[in-house]
Amino acid sequence: MLDGILTGLSTATMPINLFMVFIGCFVGTFIGMLPGLGPISAIALMIPITYGLDPASGIILMAGVYYGAIFGGSTSSILINAPGCSGTVVTAFDGYPLAQQGHAGKALALAAYASFTGGTVSAIFLLVAAPALASVSLSFQSADYFALMVLGLSAVAAFSGKGNILKALLMTVLGLMISTIGTDRSSGVDRFTFGRMDLVDGISFLLLAMATFALAEALMSILKPDENAEADEDAMSNLGSMKLTKEEVKEVAPVIARSSVLGFFVGVLPGAGATIAAFLAYGFERNLAKAKEKLKFGMGSLKGLAAPEAANNAASSGSFVPLLTLGIPGSGTTAIMLGALISYGIQPGPRLFLDNPEVFWSVIISMYVGNIVLLILNLPLIPYISRLLAVPRQILVPMILLFSITGVYLVSFNSADIQIMVIITVLAIIFRLLDFPLAPLLLGFILGGMLEDNLRRALLISDGSYSFVWERPITLTIFSITAFVLVAPIASGMWKRYRQKTLGYGASMQE
Amino acid sequence: MNLKFFSRNSLSVAGALVLGVASLTSSVNAFAVDELHILIPGGAGGGWDGTARGTGEALTKSGLVKTVSYENMSGGGGGKAIAHLIETADQQDGTIMVNSTPIVVRSLTKVFPQSFRDLTPIAGIIADYQALIVTNDSKYKSWTDVVADLKKNPRSVKIAGGSSKGSLDHLVPAAAAKAEGIDPRQIRYIPYDAGGKAMAALLGGETELLSTGLGEALEMARAGQVRILVTTAPSRVKAAPDVPTLKELGNGTVFANWRGYFGAPGLAKDKVNEYAAVLAKVQDTNEWETVRARNGWVNDYKAPEDFYTFLEQQEEELGTLMRELGFLQ
Repeated sequence: MLDGILTGLSTATMPINLFMVFIGCFVGTFIGMLPGLGPISAIALMIPITYGLDPASGIILMAGVYYGAIFGGSTSSILINAPGCSGTVVTAFDGYPLAQQGHAGKALALAAYASFTGGTVSAIFLLVAAPALASVSLSFQSADYFALMVLGLSAVAAFSGKGNILKALLMTVLGLMISTIGTDRSSGVDRFTFGRMDLVDGISFLLLAMATFALAEALMSILKPDENAEADEDAMSNLGSMKLTKEEVKEVAPVIARSSVLGFFVGVLPGAGATIAAFLAYGFERNLAKAKEKLKFGMGSLKGLAAPEAANNAASSGSFVPLLTLGIPGSGTTAIMLGALISYGIQPGPRLFLDNPEVFWSVIISMYVGNIVLLILNLPLIPYISRLLAVPRQILVPMILLFSITGVYLVSFNSADIQIMVIITVLAIIFRLLDFPLAPLLLGFILGGMLEDNLRRALLISDGSYSFVWERPITLTIFSITAFVLVAPIASGMWKRYRQKTLGYGASMQE
Repeated sequence: MNLKFFSRNSLSVAGALVLGVASLTSSVNAFAVDELHILIPGGAGGGWDGTARGTGEALTKSGLVKTVSYENMSGGGGGKAIAHLIETADQQDGTIMVNSTPIVVRSLTKVFPQSFRDLTPIAGIIADYQALIVTNDSKYKSWTDVVADLKKNPRSVKIAGGSSKGSLDHLVPAAAAKAEGIDPRQIRYIPYDAGGKAMAALLGGETELLSTGLGEALEMARAGQVRILVTTAPSRVKAAPDVPTLKELGNGTVFANWRGYFGAPGLAKDKVNEYAAVLAKVQDTNEWETVRARNGWVNDYKAPEDFYTFLEQQEEELGTLMRELGFLQ
C-alpha cells in the first residue's frame, strides 16, 4: 500500500498533473459560480479534452472540475442567493443574509476555509482508509436510508428561519407533496401529472431551488426595491473585512470539523450525496447550537454557513469511495466519471488499487493538491470575483434571470421546465410576501423522494412488516437519535421549569 | 426507464452545453450524406445522448457524413421529441431520432400516445442483452438453483433492478420466471432509482439477484465482484463464453435492448435507404470501432424492413407479458 501511495504521489506531482489540477479547479470554480451550472455540466464540458490524456491525468482533471464546481457554487449562493449547484443551496440560507449585512468578504472567506477543511479532511480519510470504507458504503440498506431521512426531517425547525414553526411545517409538507409528482417507482404509475408529459419525469431539485431562491430573490428586489437594494449594493461595493476574529474562529472550528466528518460519511453512502450532506449538517448544527445561537440560523449565522460548506465538499470527496472501490456511482456526476474511467479501460472496483495503483492513489493525492490550489486560487480572488456580481441592479437582475433559466434548461433540455420555473417562482413570491420560509420546502422535497422510495423498498424487502425499524441496528440507532433530538428540547424545558418550581418553593420556605 | 446510470451517463456528453454543435468535418470530399441532424429525446449525458453523439462522431470522422448536428429535447420519457418530430414532419427530412426499447414499452403503457408506427423506422444499430447476476459468495451457482427456490416460493428471491416496476429490468426476470412455469406476478421485484444503487444493494446483501444490462454486468464481473448466472442473448456472447443463455437452458427467453434510429412520418423511401446505408457502412469503419469499444456496445445492425418486423415482434412479446403482469388492461 505504501508503494502504491508513493507511486500515486509521484504521479500526482508530475508537472502535467499539477497543471491538470490547476486547470480543473479553475474551470470548475468558474462554471460552478454560474447559477444553475454545476459539476455535471462542468465535467461534461471537459470530457472531450480528457480523451487525449493519460487515464490518471484525465481523472485528476475531472476530479478537479468536480470539487472546483462545488467550491465555486458557494460564491453565487452567498452573493446573489442563486445557488451555483444543488450542493450549495443550503449555503445560501445563511451566506446570503451575511452578505446583505455587509459581511460578504467574511462569508466568502469562511466558505473557502470550510470547503478547504472539508475537502482536506476527507482526502485524509480516503488516503488512510479508502479500501476499508467500501464496507461502509455497502452497510447502509433501504431501511437505514429511510431512518436517515426521518432524522433529516426532524431538523425542520432549523430551516424555519425567522418564520414560525407551524409555517415551516406546512412548507415541509408542501415539499414532500411536490416530491411525489412524476412516475412512482414502486408501482410504475404516474402521479399528479394531470396527463402532462412534461411532469412524467417529476420536478428537479435544481429547478425548484433556482425558482424559489434565485428567481424569487431577483424579482423580489424589483417588487420591494428599497428593502433589499441598499443593503445589497452596500455588500457588493464594500465587501467588508475578510478576516475572522479569534472568537469567530473558535466558534466555527468545531462546526467545520464535525460537518467535515459527517459530510464525508454521507458522501460515502451511494444513496445520499453532497446536497443531502449539506442539509443534514445544517440541521445537525442547529440542533447542537445553544438556544441563543439557534435564532441566528437563517439570519446570517457563521455556523450555518460553515456547516453546509464543509459538508458538501467532504461529501463530494467521500463519493469517490464507492466509485473507486466498488465501481458504484452515487450521483450523476460520479456516474459520468465512471464512464470516463471505463473508456480508458480501467475498471473501478475492489481490484483497482492493486491493478492501477497509479490511478487510484494519484486521484486521492491530487485531492489534497486540489484543495490547496482552490484555497490559493479563491482567497485572493474573492474581491475581484465578487466585483463581477457588483454590477448595477438593473443589469444584475436580468443577468440572474438569464443564467438561472438557461442553467436549468441546459441540464434538462425541456422547454416546459422554464414554464414550470415561472409558475413556481410566482408561488414562491406569494409565499415570501406571506412570510412563509422556503428552505423547509426544499428540505421536504429533497428528503421526500428518498424517504418514500426507501420506506417502500424497506417494506417490500421485509414483506410488509415494520419489523425493520428495530431489527437492524443501524436503523434503530438512527431512530433513537431522532427520538432524542425531538424529545430533548421538550424534556429539558420541562426539567428547567420543574427545577425553577422546586427551587422557588425551597426559597420561599426559607423566608 | 431502463437507461440506468452506467449507460445513461456514457461518454459523449461532449459539447452538451453548446446547442446544436456541428462536428468536425472530414477531409474526404465525396460524402454519402452531406448533413444529418440527430434529435435526442433526452438530456445531456443520457444513454440516448451518448449513442447519438457516438454515432455522429464515427459518421463524420470516417468521412461518411460531412456535418452532424444534435438537438436535445427531453420530457415525457421521450414523448416530447416524438410529438415534435411528428408535428414538424414536413421540415424534418434531414433529421433522424435516436431511440431504444423503452419506446415500445412506453407506447404500450401509454406514457405517450404514439408508437414506432407513427414514425419511420430507419435502422437498429446496437443491442445490449440483459443479464441476471449474483454476488460471488451467493448460494446460487446457476439459474437452475434460482428456479428451484422460486418454485418452492416465488417470493423467496429478492430481485433488484435499477428502474421502476414495469421497466425492462423487471420484465426480464418476470419473463424468465414465467417460462419456468412460475407466476410472474408473484416474483418480488425491488426497484432502485439507478443501476449503481441497485448494484450496491446486491453487494450489500439487501437483495439476492440483480437484473441489469449485460454490458454493465460484464464490467462488474471483470472487477471480480459478481457472477453472471445467465443472459438473454440468443447464443453465448463472445465477451462471456462461459455464461449460459436462458435459451440453451431450455427457458427460451431471448431479449435484446436495442438502440436505433427513426425518421419523421412519411420520410421518403430513398432518404430512408440513404440513412440506413450510411448507418450500415459506418459499422465497418475503424472510427466506429473506436467509439463502440469505448462504450462497450454490441453491433446489431437491422435494415429498415427487418427493424420494423423486429419492433412488431418485440411489441407483441412485451405486450403479452405486460398484460399478464397487470401493467396493461
